[in-house]
Amino acid sequence: MYVPLLSISIWLPIAGAVAVLLLGSRRAELARWVALGVSLMTFVVAIHLYIGFYPDHAGMHFVERMPWIGAFNSFYELGVDGISMPLILLTAFLTPIVVIAGWEVIQTRPAQYFAAFLLLEGLMIGVFCALDALLFYVFWEAMLVPMFIIIGVWGGERRIYATVKFFLYTFLGSVFMLVALIYMYLQAGSYSILAFHELPLGMNEQILIFLAFLIAFAVKVPMWPVHTWLPDAHVEAPTGGSVILAAVLLKMGGYGFLRFSLPITPDASQSLAWLMIGLSLIAIVYIAFVALVQKDMKKLIAYSSIAHMGFVTLGFFVIFATIANSQDEAGAMLALQGGMVQMISHGLISGALFLCVGVMYDRLHSREIGAYGGVANTMPKFAAFVVLFALANAGLPGTSGFVGEFFVILGSFHASFWLAFTAATILVFGAAYTLWMVKRVIFGEVGNDGVAALEDVGRREFLILGILAVSVLALGVWPDPLVEAMDTTLRELLAHVMESKL
Amino acid sequence: MESIYLGIVIAPLAAAIVAGLFGRTIGRAGAHWVTIVGVAISFALSLVVLKDIVIDGAAVFNGTVYQWAVIGDIRMEIGFLVDHLTALMITVVNFVSLAVHVYTIGYMRDDPGYQRFFSYISLFTFAMLMLVMSNNFLQLFFGWEAVGVVSYLLIGFWFKRPTAIFANLKAFLVNRVGDFGFLLGIAAIVLHTGSLDYATVFGRAELLDAESIEVLAGRQWSVLTVACICLFIGAMGKSAQVPLHVWLPDSMEGPTPISALIHAATMVTAGIFMVARMSPLFEYSEAALSVVLIIGATTAFLTGLLGIVQNDIKRVVAYSTLSQLGYMTVALGASAYAAGIFHLMTHAFFKALLFLAAGSVIIALHHEQDMRRMGGLRKYMPITYWTALIGTLALVGFPGMSGFFSKDALIEAVHASTTFGAGFAYWCVLLGVFVTALYSFRLLFLVFHGEERLDSEARAHLHESPAVVWAPLVALAVPSVFIGWFTIEPLLFGEFFADSMLVLEEHDVLHEVGEEFEGSAAFVLHAFTASAAIWLALAGAIVAWVLYLLRPELPGRIARRFAPAHRLLVNKYYFDWFNENVLAGATRGLGRLLWSVGDRTVIDGAIVNGSARGVAALSAIVRRVQSGYLYHYAFAMVIGLAALIGWLILRG
Repeated sequence: MYVPLLSISIWLPIAGAVAVLLLGSRRAELARWVALGVSLMTFVVAIHLYIGFYPDHAGMHFVERMPWIGAFNSFYELGVDGISMPLILLTAFLTPIVVIAGWEVIQTRPAQYFAAFLLLEGLMIGVFCALDALLFYVFWEAMLVPMFIIIGVWGGERRIYATVKFFLYTFLGSVFMLVALIYMYLQAGSYSILAFHELPLGMNEQILIFLAFLIAFAVKVPMWPVHTWLPDAHVEAPTGGSVILAAVLLKMGGYGFLRFSLPITPDASQSLAWLMIGLSLIAIVYIAFVALVQKDMKKLIAYSSIAHMGFVTLGFFVIFATIANSQDEAGAMLALQGGMVQMISHGLISGALFLCVGVMYDRLHSREIGAYGGVANTMPKFAAFVVLFALANAGLPGTSGFVGEFFVILGSFHASFWLAFTAATILVFGAAYTLWMVKRVIFGEVGNDGVAALEDVGRREFLILGILAVSVLALGVWPDPLVEAMDTTLRELLAHVMESKL
Repeated sequence: MESIYLGIVIAPLAAAIVAGLFGRTIGRAGAHWVTIVGVAISFALSLVVLKDIVIDGAAVFNGTVYQWAVIGDIRMEIGFLVDHLTALMITVVNFVSLAVHVYTIGYMRDDPGYQRFFSYISLFTFAMLMLVMSNNFLQLFFGWEAVGVVSYLLIGFWFKRPTAIFANLKAFLVNRVGDFGFLLGIAAIVLHTGSLDYATVFGRAELLDAESIEVLAGRQWSVLTVACICLFIGAMGKSAQVPLHVWLPDSMEGPTPISALIHAATMVTAGIFMVARMSPLFEYSEAALSVVLIIGATTAFLTGLLGIVQNDIKRVVAYSTLSQLGYMTVALGASAYAAGIFHLMTHAFFKALLFLAAGSVIIALHHEQDMRRMGGLRKYMPITYWTALIGTLALVGFPGMSGFFSKDALIEAVHASTTFGAGFAYWCVLLGVFVTALYSFRLLFLVFHGEERLDSEARAHLHESPAVVWAPLVALAVPSVFIGWFTIEPLLFGEFFADSMLVLEEHDVLHEVGEEFEGSAAFVLHAFTASAAIWLALAGAIVAWVLYLLRPELPGRIARRFAPAHRLLVNKYYFDWFNENVLAGATRGLGRLLWSVGDRTVIDGAIVNGSARGVAALSAIVRRVQSGYLYHYAFAMVIGLAALIGWLILRG
């Protein structure tokens, strides 16, 4: 029997969102359970995407295609490959966790809160599935709305400044992408992304298209110097918003580079790779210094995210130099795989760290590092989780944080010694800013009466942190299933990118 | 056999998980039983492996456990390599670990974190075993970092103490600097051999030497040299070589059992083990060997001197460890890898013994660590005293004791070496013998002999430590005395390490030393006549006796007389000062600068909010145009029309 798995995974959470909204906050308890049930069902569907996925089979899986807007020759076309499938799995995995995390914490308009997350989930999955550029653009822009609402309604004190900044930044970027998409539609006669991949384009066209995409994706990643919306958005966002923002929304940028920039404009990507590598290294080094001096935990993790996402863009654009310097494709594959694994891993780790900050914020209503100290004395179980996630963030082997960094560093060594050298400084700096925070927040004598009165994590919190801890460790100890699932797709992508369109 | 190897690593891991996650359920006794049984199983199995390899002469095992990831044609796997070197290392690690587990029952008896502690030390044992049993660079790096993390957790075990959580962060970061080099070394190897597997990489060592890499513009360096030096930077972090040694003395903030297990016997020797394991690479790079030799010699001599001015009993032993690690490194640099590992083994026993003896004194005095408030403990704690004396004699190289064989052979080997820097290294290690004897006997005299400088309350409760504490001391004392005598011949001059180390003929200094070797007894006798080391050790002991027992007022006068030198030593050559004020200070300053100027003033202030203000300002101007008066609009239309017509005419 044919089951449109991708459509289900998009529209099930969106329908769930409508249902939760209709239930309303007066029936909050039921609304919560429906939200959890829907998000879990979506996760089950996503697992089927993994099970039904043939790693050796190149091209798109689970393809659905039907006419959508005839006048524009635009189709409702969905499909996943080794790049998008893991990202969908990540999205569907984290949404139930966010729902559970907000279970008791969200008391104002709970139904709307959970509905917003379900809607967001459906739209995010839509972005990853869409094979039609117009459809992609619709999901891409629609995604901003629930995030805007989440930060604007349930956010902190300066939430309006943060939401406007977030919205303008990302919206501005998207406009350029739309222009590029329309231009290619006029060239190709359709909005099919796969047709765009094959579209012959001259160097000047490629450069302009690449830059248009770059503005859109660089803001999302975010890359230096268009990163300053992220710390503000994180600081003001509610915990769940921060988790989704860091874990999935940032990945949209990285996904965009793989789905659009590299395959559509391979020659421009090659000639502008120096720019991308330069910006990535600035993100890794500059941001590390900035992260070190932050006094707000959420800001620190936000800056750490920017540095870690620098590894993603580094991995994606170092491939040209890597291929040029070595005979085989192993180095470039390492870099691509590294970027992808880093995206998944960062989703888990940064999500977990934001949840940890949320756990403390729920109790003491402060994100300031200075407001804590000695949390391990009163919350030993929680402290164990924080230390684990902090070490994972510092790239400890045996956790997922190591895998991506390891691959990217190995891959960039193929390009140049100093490139790898600069990237590898994250070993020292990443440990410095993360563990220094741990030292000041978790260790030491009990800092104040607030800390003395803290209660350790409850069952609900233990459950979500435990699930994340297990997945961070599992991916670190045995990344092969993930790597294997992405292998064929990335190999094809590499071959495609290395073929000049000129 | 494969299941035995798996059992060796899984038993302590499982025990650590049980004690860590279910510590409250199984209780304190449950925690120590489960971990001790875990490590005991691992120890028993490693004895089986040792017998199998050494006595039965089983073939080297090199196999994969599971595939971690495959990228391109690079296979990344988890697997074991079991040869003579591995068999020896796992036995030593498990033996010391077992002794420390038992000792911990007594040492940590009153500590609220009892179960957590046992979980950590079992986890450490697992990580160390993974490191030494690895057959590839990936797993080596895993073990490498994992022992570092457990060390971090254990130094900061008493996480309420500000000094402890400062020390553990420092230890981790300094180690990370080393790991940074280590990872680049691994990357260089993967790039040029396409493999992480030891056997494959070693098979291509000579090819690596032929390839070159441009690190500095215009300078072509052999890939092998670059890779080896990078790997050695990792070893400098873990094995605390100058200038990355600064974390080890501070690590004494952790409980004493882990000082013995991690910061003396096992983890800090990982760097030594790694270089020995990589001998097929280092052998082809003269430059790398010279670096190893010179760094090791510098460490051996300079850190030994620091031991003389320390008053904290554990810190003296810590500086001694630094100095002895320097000795091992010197051996590696002189291509006497076997001598380095031999010293590693004897040192593991006698240094763990010394640490545990120090710990026994510390608990007897209710956590007093200052030697100026000790003295005359010999008659209160006879077992501790005698075992500490054995440890000291082994350390200074008393003829016939284990340390004598390893240190003398090492010095002879350096003497025979022709690698660049060997002359310097020889003098460092030779004079180091005097220094070693001086600080070792200073410790022994200040703690166990002379007048009692205890306060009266401490004296009232003073008694020998319980059996769980002294039994491990005795267990470690036995090999400290005897192991050298029985193992020197096969280990250094026999074929023991033939399957695990490679020494080129022109570097084979141990072969030269071995030509004059006529059995352990003759080696002892020979030392009296031909070696300066033994007389230097005696001189050190005598000087210590004069200074600290006969004329105790002398050290103070010497310190005043040579005040600048004394200040240099007390300030540990200003390494810490430099790191904390210059490096860490500059880093934080740069961070603040980049944040406040780069992010907030330029990007957010000028560009982001600036463009918002710009739009607002522009709108304010444009708004004036929309005045609402019809004649304004008509006027604008007329002007516009005139301009348009004018433009068309001029263009025409």
